[in-house]
Order: sequence, then structure tokens, then C-alpha cells
Amino acid sequence: MKAAAFAYARAKSVDDALQLLAAHGDRAKVLSGGQSLMPAMNLRLISPELIVDIGGISELQGIVVQGDILSIGALTRHVDIQRSAEIAAYAPLLAEAIAYVAHPAIRNRGTLGGSLAHADPAAELPACVLALDATIVVHGAGGQRRVAAVDFFQGIFQTALSAEELLVAVELPIARKGGFHYFHEFARRHGDYAIAGLAAHADIKAGVFAELRPVFFAVGDRPLLARAADRLINVAVTPKLLSEVSGAVGDALNPQDDQQASASMRRHLAQVLFRRCVATMLDRPELARGTA
Amino acid sequence: MTPTSIALDVNGERVEALVLPRLNLADFLREHLHLTGTHVGCEHGVCGACTVRVNGEIVRACLMLAVQADGGAVETIEGLSDSGEVTDLQDAFRNRNALQCGYCTPGMLIAAQDLLKQNIDPSREQIREHLSGNYCRCTGYQAIIDAVESTAQSRRGRL
Repeated sequence: MKAAAFAYARAKSVDDALQLLAAHGDRAKVLSGGQSLMPAMNLRLISPELIVDIGGISELQGIVVQGDILSIGALTRHVDIQRSAEIAAYAPLLAEAIAYVAHPAIRNRGTLGGSLAHADPAAELPACVLALDATIVVHGAGGQRRVAAVDFFQGIFQTALSAEELLVAVELPIARKGGFHYFHEFARRHGDYAIAGLAAHADIKAGVFAELRPVFFAVGDRPLLARAADRLINVAVTPKLLSEVSGAVGDALNPQDDQQASASMRRHLAQVLFRRCVATMLDRPELARGTA
Repeated sequence: MTPTSIALDVNGERVEALVLPRLNLADFLREHLHLTGTHVGCEHGVCGACTVRVNGEIVRACLMLAVQADGGAVETIEGLSDSGEVTDLQDAFRNRNALQCGYCTPGMLIAAQDLLKQNIDPSREQIREHLSGNYCRCTGYQAIIDAVESTAQSRRGRL
């Protein structure tokens, strides 16, 4: 189908975009790369009255390292993430995950800010920024506010953003020595939305987790930080302990049934991913045994 | 809903037009410029039949508004054919029976050429991955992979 008619405004600056959003509220929709918004409009799932195109706002571009923070502008495209030396060095989880996002033609247009603001529960990037304990930088009429990723994602396509606000950047603590990451997803075909996926960040000292942040996606209404995994921190991980914790991690999930997979299949796949993640990060392949 | 004026390059020619914001780039190319080699399949970014190049990079023309192409340079299968850029790839598709109905072929050619520009020696797995966003309902893909692989081989032979 074709999108319904709408009015179009090309915002010249963040202030310009905020004025348009303040005037039109939830009758307006922000257009960034359009790779989620355009399908939804073409399918007439949404029909905004006004499209505010932020694609030309240069202040939303750029990847900058400031001290121990990596700041990524909202308009950074997936292909920019793929090619960025800074992201490869300081946020290798993002660099690895981006290859799983859709296809080359989509990655040439889709943006980080767009993906986070859209908040598809099956999307890779929201899970990554939660695993990395990112801060989402938001501008509104009252100025700027910073929202922790864990508070930002609130449900299916729901975030802490109000209709009058604009996501302008993402701040990530830069990867340190001793930092590890893991990313994997199960999908029917490469580039499809995942049936179950896991993005994780950890700090490991002498074979022991000092920090562990595994985040599941496509198994709930938002990216889910597996807090039950905290039991693996500061202890020697045995197969018995991992089995117990993996069970608790699975029990905490409440996955949906759909035409791709049943809830129990999703829970099983999430547990397989979790055990593989721990085994890979600790470089102890024996811990993943029995999870084929 | 007022029409917006746009100016862009299409296959090297300057084009100026007045378009409604809701018009996507694929429909603009097909209906305003009569460049019907850009096909419209799913209209939500899944099938890849509408793949074109904008500023040198492949995109889904159904997921881009014509107004977003203002100031840009668009290349379609007509442009790539007329310039001779994909002649060998087209020959390989013909020789390998890599098309049947032909609906996906313009998008396949543009996506395959995009890969071959970035990687002169892609593995079959890399070809498969780069074309993973382009559906073909006739060939079962093997012949398409064969055609891209053999084009890469013959281009390397000419280096």
C-alpha cells in the first residue's frame, strides 16, 4: 500500500524540530532514516498528519570520544556504525551486532536514534545499548535530559520520549581492558527479526565476572536485562551453578507465542543463548555442553 | 499536503519536479519519470525489488520519500544498464538462467553490483548475505549466486 497523505516539514535544527513537535504533539512523527516509520506508514498502521524530517540536521551527526564516554549522534546510520573505527575500538558489541540488523540497503538509511526511539522489542540495538548501560540524551522544550537505557524502553514501541521530545544522542561508557561482549540471535534467515537474541557486556577479572549484563530481545515487550544472572558475579562458575542460574533466567522471562515460535521454544532458545554467552565469555567451552 | 518542489540528478540528468510529500521514490521514478525498471513489490522494505542507488549507496526506494531525495543523485537500473556498468553481470544472469519472471532482477543486479564494488572476491556465503534482502520467487537463488560468483571471477581476470 501507499502512505496516507501528510504534511511535510524539513527541520533545519534541533530547535526547529522541537518547535514543530511542540506545535503538533502526537499528530506529528519524526522521520529519521525511515526504515521503520515508512513501512508502518505504507501499511497504514500509522497515519501522522505531519512528518518532521530531521535527516538534514548536522548537529545530530557524529561519533565523538569525550574522556571515558563515547557519544553517538542520533542520525548515525547503521552503515556508519559498521565502518566506525571508534565504535570498533570502544563499543565492539555494537560493531558486532550491527551486521545482524536487516540488510545492506536498509543499513544505508536506518539510524541508531531511529531504532532506539522506535523501540521494537525484537530489534538488536535497544538490547545493545541496555547491555552497555548507555544513557539516552533527549531534548525537549524545557532543555536537555538524560535517561538511563534501563528506564528508556517501556514496552512495545514505547519509550520514555514524549511526543514533544527528540532523541539527540546516545552516550556509552567506553570499553575497558577486561571488558567482554557477546552477541547472538536466532532468526529464520539472515537479516530477519530475531526469534530470540542476546546482547551482553561483562567485566571479567581472573576468570570471574566482576560485572555481567546479559540483555535478551525478541522474548518480551522490551529488551530485558537478566538480573538473575547477578548470581554469577564474584563467584567461580560451576556447571551446576550455571544450570541453576540459567533456569532462573528462563523463569523470569514471559515470552510471547506467535507464528514464528511458541513461548516455550523462545524460553529454551534464550537459555541456550545465555549458557553459550557465559561459556564464551569465560572461555570455558565445557559450560556450553548440552546446549546444542 | 501541499506539493513540494524537488531537484535531483537521476541517472546523470537534472530533474525538477513538484511532488506530494507522501510520494515515495519508487513511485516517483516509475510514474513521474517513467523509469519502470525500478519494481514495486512489497512496499514495506522486505522484498528488495525497488532497490536503487542514492548518492552511490543502495537503498529501498519504497522506504524513501521523493522529497528526501531532494539534492541527491539517484541511479536506477536504466542508468546502470545504459552506462554499461552491469553489462557483464546481466550477461552472466542470462547465461546462468538466474532469472525467470524477471521481477526481482533489477534489484538483484543493483544489490549484486554494490557487493562487487566493495569486494572483488566474495565467497558464496558473502554473496548470499549481501543479497539476503532481495527476494526471488522463481530461481531458488542458486543460479543467481552462480552468476554473481562468475562475474566476480571474470572481473578479477581482467584486472
